Amino acid sequence: MKINKHKHIKRSRGAVIFDTLNAIFMVLLCFLCVYPIWYVIVNSFNDAKDAMMGGIYWWPRKLSLENYRTVFADSSVAQAFKVTIGKTLLGTALNVFFTAMVAYPLSKEKLVGRKFYMAMGTITMFFAGGMIPTFILFKQLHLLNNFLVYIIPAAFNFFNLLIFINFFREIPASLEESAEIDGASVWKIFMRIILPLSKPVLATIALFAGVGQWNDYWGGLMYMTNRVDLEPIQTFLYRMVAQVQSSQMANSATNIIAADTTSTSIKLAAMVITTLPICCVYPFLQKYFVKGMMVGAVKE
Amino acid sequence: MSKTVTGVRKNRKTSFSDTLKKWWGQRYLQLMVLPGILWMLVFNYLPMGGIIIAFKKFKITKSISEAPWVGFRYFKEFFQDSNFKDVMVNTLGISLLKLCIGFALPIIFALLLNELRGMRFKKVTQTISYLPHFLSWVVLGGIMTTWLSKEGVINDFLMMVHILKEPVSFLGEPKYFWGVALISDIWKELGWSAIIYLAAITGVDQQIYEAATVDGAGKLQKIFYVTLPSITGTIAIMLILQVSGLLNSNFDQILILKNQVNVARSQVIDTYVYQVGMTLGKYSYATAVGLFKSVIALMLLLIANKTCKKLLGRSLY
Repeated sequence: MKINKHKHIKRSRGAVIFDTLNAIFMVLLCFLCVYPIWYVIVNSFNDAKDAMMGGIYWWPRKLSLENYRTVFADSSVAQAFKVTIGKTLLGTALNVFFTAMVAYPLSKEKLVGRKFYMAMGTITMFFAGGMIPTFILFKQLHLLNNFLVYIIPAAFNFFNLLIFINFFREIPASLEESAEIDGASVWKIFMRIILPLSKPVLATIALFAGVGQWNDYWGGLMYMTNRVDLEPIQTFLYRMVAQVQSSQMANSATNIIAADTTSTSIKLAAMVITTLPICCVYPFLQKYFVKGMMVGAVKE
Repeated sequence: MSKTVTGVRKNRKTSFSDTLKKWWGQRYLQLMVLPGILWMLVFNYLPMGGIIIAFKKFKITKSISEAPWVGFRYFKEFFQDSNFKDVMVNTLGISLLKLCIGFALPIIFALLLNELRGMRFKKVTQTISYLPHFLSWVVLGGIMTTWLSKEGVINDFLMMVHILKEPVSFLGEPKYFWGVALISDIWKELGWSAIIYLAAITGVDQQIYEAATVDGAGKLQKIFYVTLPSITGTIAIMLILQVSGLLNSNFDQILILKNQVNVARSQVIDTYVYQVGMTLGKYSYATAVGLFKSVIALMLLLIANKTCKKLLGRSLY
């Protein structure tokens, strides 16, 4: 505070106006970012039938936990959450570890074939087989209707690999060298020295991969052709949203209010439950992923 | 003549065995890379090989090698398709809107955020601005379908401030779709996209600002003559990436906002491939459409990269 006063003893009127407008703009922007989520939370805690009449903007009108009770009691929702949690934990752990493992040797200039491997990976960033050839491949690999389709094809990511490489290069070589003299194997150096020193970048990649897994609805929609029980919560929500949208199109409003009460409230409550974990985690990882993003943009 | 040739050969041989020796010396490192290379071969390069079904009449019940060749038949079919014009116009329209408006806003946001006084305020604003990025498009789509309906919050608000007289179904009419796609995309990614620019701005040497202050530069002058030139490199790289993704509409977003009523303005290449391929089972045709997109995207990348190299001296590689 004091420093601020000292630094800017003389500020022109223009600067003061600019700063004030800027601050107001930022507050407005923050409101716009938060309010849609607040709206969903408030409505999800409101009595379902009462919420249908609308007009709930700031606080629940008829406070009720019934929606959440319904969601947690619904076996298909519970199953979908289990799938989401499972694929997020497993998929993230594997992606982080596997990508780091491949990145470590590639961070070394002396690696034979390094340029070739990097070129091979760079191509994948700008050209891909596309939706249908990938689908056919997964079918041939028996990954359709298989939980592993969420895990194995997501085990590696070249963009994340670049972030890892840039981080590994910053680690002083002397640490590895002294371990080498002590007779530590490459694997041991990677596990005991490199990984423990890489916590910030591990957190960044874990966040990217974890959010990707948690928010993905596409995998369930595309690759679970007859195993509804293996669909994650986002796919479950997608079906609800798409369904509500098509029934709105039919324009039989009275019909929806009577029949869709529970489905809308389940939707809102499920939306809150799927969103809150990420909202609680990301602020704590902020200082890490800002660095990670930067490294990713600068690239090799 | 022959002497030099053998000489060269000998050299090559020794260097090859040297490489082998070097390889063997680092075999454990190589062993760690190998799984990654195999993974890329299977999950990146095999699908690229699978693209040949765009030139074949492929049926899902039979193998790819059994399918008969048809040349460019499916490409011709796509160009003559009654949907071709709409799909192209929508893809380019939405992307260009996002490029022209969506690209500049994060830069402006980063500049404004940087001018904010009070570290605490700045930090909190920044954190909150990332929030939408972490929502899934499904959740956002769920919010939007409620908000944009005739009884929704947006209509309530617009009627309250007398911009609208009659409630409008924003997702129920094709003409609003581009705007809806643009605004929701900006809302979701504004803060997140600004990260890179903010980081670049933080990296600018403070002495330059001090020198500018001594020279009597005002706030705006400092932004235009110090900050912006210092982050041109970052802007250029982001621009190249954005241009190369011109045909890459945000599939997650469009799929959730699209419906039968607004399809005339919401069908983009990606959703078209999905619909034709997965719903109608026309695998070869859908692959041809997808390949057409990938090739143009690649060309756009190369052109953008070259242009940036010439104009700004910056490029991706």
